[in-house]
Amino acid sequence: MCDQTFLAISFGPCDKCVKTKPLMNIYIKTDQFNYCSLCVEMMANEGLRDNETLSSLKNESETLKCKLEEERAKLHDVELHQVADRVDALGQFVMKTRRTLKGHGNKVLCMDWCKDKRRLVSSSQDGKVIVWDAFTTNKEHAVTMPCTWVMACAYAPSGCAIACGGLDNKCSVYPLTFDKNENMAAKKKSVAMHTNYLSACSFTNSDMQILTASGDGTCALWDVESGQLLQSFHGHAADVLCLDLAPSETGNTFVSGGCDKKAMVWDLRSGQCIQSFETHDSDINSVRYYPSGDAFASASDDATCRLYDLRADREVAIYSKESIIFGASSVDFSLSGRLLFTGYNDYTINVWDVLKGTRVSILFGHENRVSTLRVSPDGTAFCSGSWDHTLRV
Amino acid sequence: MSSNSNLTTMRRLVEQLKLEASVERIKVSQAAAELQQYCLQNACKDALLVGVPAGSNPFREPRSCTLL
Repeated sequence: MCDQTFLAISFGPCDKCVKTKPLMNIYIKTDQFNYCSLCVEMMANEGLRDNETLSSLKNESETLKCKLEEERAKLHDVELHQVADRVDALGQFVMKTRRTLKGHGNKVLCMDWCKDKRRLVSSSQDGKVIVWDAFTTNKEHAVTMPCTWVMACAYAPSGCAIACGGLDNKCSVYPLTFDKNENMAAKKKSVAMHTNYLSACSFTNSDMQILTASGDGTCALWDVESGQLLQSFHGHAADVLCLDLAPSETGNTFVSGGCDKKAMVWDLRSGQCIQSFETHDSDINSVRYYPSGDAFASASDDATCRLYDLRADREVAIYSKESIIFGASSVDFSLSGRLLFTGYNDYTINVWDVLKGTRVSILFGHENRVSTLRVSPDGTAFCSGSWDHTLRV
Repeated sequence: MSSNSNLTTMRRLVEQLKLEASVERIKVSQAAAELQQYCLQNACKDALLVGVPAGSNPFREPRSCTLL
């Protein structure tokens, strides 16, 4: 410090220590200060202290992570399939394709059932969104979106509107009208605005709010009427690929899965992440709540599906086989939660026994990878959409 | 200033981990038992599990009615 010589512009009281000394003019964030050289040295050291805090914070986060794992492991006293040993095994299943819905010109990317258990909406790469009647296989409505790769679509709980989005970075809501003369595209309402593609969307319990997940790493809750952002959820380190809302009427949580291999559970009202799970080895393509709301399953590119229990705060089951090497793209539970249907990139659908962790059946039929899968609201059927341009019920 | 943003990110991470560490947890055996119970309770209502009689299956092949 004694080696430093500087041109003293002024001599007077230092702004910091108030001693009368030769002063240096310093600019901090556009404000000009006069500090003596001693104070300048001390402030430079404070910067160093911040760096030390950075590494100490890193250490703290590592220790906290270890502690979290330990806490979780403490309660891991038994495996789910051990508890399920006493349950009767399921017999052989024969499930047949009852309906094949043809009409999309390109890969089917997403579908959703209507609450009336017979209608469903599906979206595809060519920008078309079609509403089908699954009983009769008639197409009831068709909309052409201005963008391709419509990766998300959802049916409103009332059955009066559909929401869809994709590469256009926004979610549009179309009210469904039976008037043949009305052009559906004219009534379109743009609700969400993201900075990257829309990967998933879902109506909450009412027609008035939509939850969206996007490639920009965030999820957001929007008001449909005003288009206003009600809450945003930050925390994923990469694209968010899927989301699912908790099933109960009073449920205020939703789970999202992303390319950062994490599945996170959020509180809708506060925007806080309540729990997070990072045991997958690759992107999580689809998440779905267990019917009781106490657990959720996730399907990932690492060819496994895993069941996470929310109250035990850990993964409780893995559904995988040596012979399955292709990623799982979608997952859904049957009504009772006993069966788990998963669609894979090797064109098949596997049916797993949730409690025992064993595969019950494989369903063939699609000629390209299965991209989306949903069980109907009353559990009588499930629909799968595939890159072979068709949907099967 | 990038060190500052790293700092804030790390601080947020530490806060988040502390939050997650404080979550109330129950034993896996209890959670598994409750999952199992839910399954068994609702198994009879599950059409995909027990199958529906062909008469009431809404997705059966449509047969044309014969008019007398």
